Amino acid sequence: MATAQQNKKMVKGGPAYPMLVRPYAIRRISRETYDTFTYELTPPRGSGGVSFAPGQFNMLYVYGVGEVPISISGDPAKPQALVHTARIVGAVTKGIKRLKVGDSLGVRGPYGSSWPVEEAVGRDVVLVTGGIGLAPLRPVIYYLLINREKYGRIVLLYGARTPEDMLYTGELERWRGRFDLDVRVTVDRATGSWRGNVAVVTQLIKPAPFDPMHCIALVCGPEIMMRFTILDLEKRGVDYDRIYVSVERNMKCGIGLCGHCQLGPTFVCKDGPVYRYSDIRTIFTKREV
Amino acid sequence: MENIERILKEHPFLEGMDEKHIKLLVGCASNVVFKAGEYIFREGEEADKFYFIRHGKVLVETFIPQKGPVIIRSRHEGEIFGWSWLVPPYKWHFDARAVELTRAIALDGKCLRGKCEEDHDLGYEIMKRFALIIAERLEATRLQLLDIYGNSSTK
Ligand SMILES: Cc1cc2nc3c(=O)[nH]c(=O)nc-3n(C[C@H](O)[C@H](O)[C@H](O)COP(=O)(O)OP(=O)(O)OC[C@H]3O[C@@H](n4cnc5c(N)ncnc54)[C@H](O)[C@@H]3O)c2cc1C
Ligand code: FES
Repeated sequence: MATAQQNKKMVKGGPAYPMLVRPYAIRRISRETYDTFTYELTPPRGSGGVSFAPGQFNMLYVYGVGEVPISISGDPAKPQALVHTARIVGAVTKGIKRLKVGDSLGVRGPYGSSWPVEEAVGRDVVLVTGGIGLAPLRPVIYYLLINREKYGRIVLLYGARTPEDMLYTGELERWRGRFDLDVRVTVDRATGSWRGNVAVVTQLIKPAPFDPMHCIALVCGPEIMMRFTILDLEKRGVDYDRIYVSVERNMKCGIGLCGHCQLGPTFVCKDGPVYRYSDIRTIFTKREV
Repeated sequence: MENIERILKEHPFLEGMDEKHIKLLVGCASNVVFKAGEYIFREGEEADKFYFIRHGKVLVETFIPQKGPVIIRSRHEGEIFGWSWLVPPYKWHFDARAVELTRAIALDGKCLRGKCEEDHDLGYEIMKRFALIIAERLEATRLQLLDIYGNSSTK
């Protein structure tokens, strides 16, 4: 089985000058929810896009404000258009929100490990995600769909707080229309006209159609949601070494130098953010690590 | 009745239950159909049944003044809903509404309570199974309360 290190080998090239910030221009901004926006960026004139593997992130730099790690949420087959989805929570993301089409945003990366798309070949793939967690998983969905014949059943289980908090609603609708992708969406609460599921995302796991003995599970969302998801995957019979999670920690350098993002003996920026759950289980469930 | 017996026998909720106990359940069971939009029960009414959904979808709701109906849970094919028949004062705490044509098997709570009193083995089997469902729902409710996704468009 592939380790997180081996997953990193998928990344073609990687940044030649890892600390170099490249000025990208904002080509398009789409509003996903009241506090979450998707930014399509174009590379500096004369330079090509940088290829990335699903699950990797970039450090985005708002000039004069600061830098934040944000996962790449676009299609790995189209690296020319760099896509990020950011939820506006604090100083730097508020700085991103102030930018307009045509403005410049500094980018360095891509960094980190990726989802185990090679290890998943020939297996069912179940993606369990909640809230903004769909953004880091979207590239892997694009990848799986382009390489559809290599995989068994693909099941996407997505939870949001309310229908108004769901990302990529148009795309979810299109994916739901496909016969080769099983998309199940749920919200924690809803009013009036909502006719879909109302339940926490973990409750979609029990009835979902996948082979628990051979599947690969990719889990991304708030840490508490991931912990409960893992319990329910375990109840279905999915082993820890076939569960992958994406972990978030505060970052500074993004390249394994400063120690800001330490998770036990690992650095999330370099050994993560995607980890095989069995590799970090003991530290993942420990408090204040 | 034969059809009901077969459906109950095959339902995961009753997996492993004795044939004679299933037969006792069948004695309290009936087929029911709800049209889209029809209320199955309303808050405060006597809770005299629980349901095995065969097809369709049911929303469990509550009414919040100035906000209207808020959906708390959806229930789907293969699921069971309603456990207020099991605990006094046997009243529904929420509304339940079919959002599409829904077929279900209804188990009469009063009838079942009587049979559980007469046959404690049956009572234990039923309690064990409902304890699992109630525990699952409690865990889900806790997660809902934790509000794990943080801020929302509809605070
Ligand atoms: C590998 C990695 C990938 C990430 N991918 C994405 C992504 O694709 N999209 C995205 O929107 N975010 C993503 N994040 C989270 C993002 O980096 C943070 O939200 C960001 O750093 C916040 O910076 P800020 O200056 O805007 O807020 P700060 O000023 O640092 O924080 C403001 C407030 O927001 C809270 N906050 C900070 N970070 C988070 C968080 N992660 N979740 C919830 N609340 C938080 C703080 O506790 C504080 O209350 C990722 C993080 C990592 C480590
Ligand atoms: S951010 Fe510096 S080591 Fe990870």
